[in-house]
Amino acid sequence: MTASIALNLTPDVRYVLRIADTCLVHAQRMSEWCGHAPVLEEDIALSNLGLDLLGQSRALLGHAAELEGGGQSEDSLAFLRDESDYFNLTLVEQPSRRGGADFADTQLRCLFVAAWLAPLWQGLSASRDRELAAIAGKAAKETRYHLEHAGDWVVRLGDGSAESARRMQAALARAWPMVAELFDDDEVDTAAADSGLGPRASALREPWLAIVEPMFADALLALPPDTAFRSHGKRGTHSEHMGYLLAEMQHLQRAFPGGVW
Amino acid sequence: MYTQAMDLAPKEERKVGQSADEAEREARFEARIAAGDFIEAKDWMPEHYRRTLVRQISQHAHSEIVGMLPEGNWITRAPTLKRKAILLAKVQDEGGHGLYLYAAAETLGTSRDQMTEALLAGKAKYSSIFNYPTLTWADTGTIGWLVDGAAIMNQVPLTRCSFAPYARAMVRVCREESFHQRQGFESLLTMMKQGTDAQRAMVQESVNRWWWPSLMMFGPPDDESPNSAQSMRWGIKRVSNDELRQKFVDACVEQAKVLGVTLPDPALKWNAERGAHDFGAIDWPEFWRVVGGDGPCNRERLEARNKAWDDGAWVREAAMVHARKQALKEKAT
Amino acid sequence: MTTSVAAVPVDAAAEWPLWEVFVRAKAGLDHKHCGSLHAPDAKAAIQLARDVYTRRQEGTSVWVVRSEQIVASDPADKAMYFDPMEDKVYRHPTFYVLPESVNHI
Repeated sequence: MTASIALNLTPDVRYVLRIADTCLVHAQRMSEWCGHAPVLEEDIALSNLGLDLLGQSRALLGHAAELEGGGQSEDSLAFLRDESDYFNLTLVEQPSRRGGADFADTQLRCLFVAAWLAPLWQGLSASRDRELAAIAGKAAKETRYHLEHAGDWVVRLGDGSAESARRMQAALARAWPMVAELFDDDEVDTAAADSGLGPRASALREPWLAIVEPMFADALLALPPDTAFRSHGKRGTHSEHMGYLLAEMQHLQRAFPGGVW
Repeated sequence: MYTQAMDLAPKEERKVGQSADEAEREARFEARIAAGDFIEAKDWMPEHYRRTLVRQISQHAHSEIVGMLPEGNWITRAPTLKRKAILLAKVQDEGGHGLYLYAAAETLGTSRDQMTEALLAGKAKYSSIFNYPTLTWADTGTIGWLVDGAAIMNQVPLTRCSFAPYARAMVRVCREESFHQRQGFESLLTMMKQGTDAQRAMVQESVNRWWWPSLMMFGPPDDESPNSAQSMRWGIKRVSNDELRQKFVDACVEQAKVLGVTLPDPALKWNAERGAHDFGAIDWPEFWRVVGGDGPCNRERLEARNKAWDDGAWVREAAMVHARKQALKEKAT
Repeated sequence: MTTSVAAVPVDAAAEWPLWEVFVRAKAGLDHKHCGSLHAPDAKAAIQLARDVYTRRQEGTSVWVVRSEQIVASDPADKAMYFDPMEDKVYRHPTFYVLPESVNHI
């Protein structure tokens, strides 16, 4: 068995991994739909979204490996960390097709994440880290499309049949407690904002609302009230779903030490 | 392999009392095909030709869709991000191929939903190879090498099929398919040449399981394929099952040497007289069992497709309700 | 403002309509028919056409048309519509024999 790697997690590395891991885990969940979507055209569309996110995560993980400086690669970071060293938003590790989740959960989550990434990529385009800025520039185009696709689905389902409206409401109730985390600042955000690496999380809130609110109006959905609950995936404390997700994703790398693929 | 559809269909009887006019139209139709002409969707065609094509094209499409499942099984477990991306793109392509083929079949007067319902009810067939399980990561590479390799051999002749929408769809499919075989072969080659002993053992074990089912993909022997002559005359089938199967075996022997794997057939031997490799007897009873619904994964494959369809019904319906609402709103303004 | 769902009659099993897809590979070329797909509305049709038919950078522009809106000539009338063109060969550039020096026009 291959043991977990140990990392030198500076604030810069943590900041980049938060975005990289969010894209990685989100891609992992999206890819579960391939072969099981409601209609063939969506099998293809959702796979495209998954591939975009996977590409973004690979670019960011590769860059994080450089920043960390310990000789890691996109793959060692993706497959060999201990759970508490993954810094994705808790929202993206939630079930998307299996475990009682449905298409409404997936499209709503895609919208929420794309609306978070869009202002984030924009802010990163001014980063002192030129490599990060370049990655963000390329990703921004892809995220614009995700916003359109997911936004349209949220509207179609929210303002669709009685059943789809009910399911979208249920998806919103499930997702909302984990949305606050998207905009919570901590010392990693402060270091990033102060050093010009990238925008702090709280700076993304207004642009996110500006994107989501009009779509919600069309979807006949209302943003639920804020609650005190906080999820802490960004800090490496995950929900119970993360363990299973990682076990599935990491298994081959763990089982074949030294394997070349 | 997708010509399995015609091999497995009951032998169709010629309509008794065909009018002289119809017989003449059919003769002219066959002359067009013999001259290398293409038949388009709205051209006159014998009912039998139309029915055969709907069956073959839709079953080809079903094969692509069901074929997403065995490999899709490994996307979340792919061992590197690059392999994950490649596999996701490949399975996505299979979905796309199914879509092009359903579209081609729809030009003949059937609908996507009708074809889907036939598959889900177990009334339509699909290539039996996809009723086998993918038990190890190496299977994704082996499927690329052997299963896609066999598919390519079958598909290239179909780009010259007399029915043009099918031929055009096949041109698109073939362009994309070569990536599929190459990525599978390359994955196996990497494991065999640069991997660990455990990886090499995994590859060999995978080949041992997939070799014989791959040979079965080309369908029953020529002397047991009753509809072949008709299909050849109509330009639907261009090369016989046995001929394609032999070509495949000969190609794979060389490729296996490059990989450093052993094909699990002690009777495999070069025959200088024939200029081809002799190979062992195929277990045809197994083939017929799997085709008949009694393979390792037939039930799971159909269950998965039925579940996706049933679970997705509310989504499809909601989209239509929303579209209608929008249309009404637009009319009102 | 909500639209009462009960006021919108729809067959629960209603299939998504069929759209024909035309893609322009690059600026300067024509749109070419490349197939069809099912989509609930025009916006989805455009997005899905991009996902299904332009994954390998095959397109700069996509047109989608509801299949039922396509008006086509009847193949049975092929002789009437198209044969007369056969003997008007003066429409084809190859009909005109020009000196070599200007044959490229």
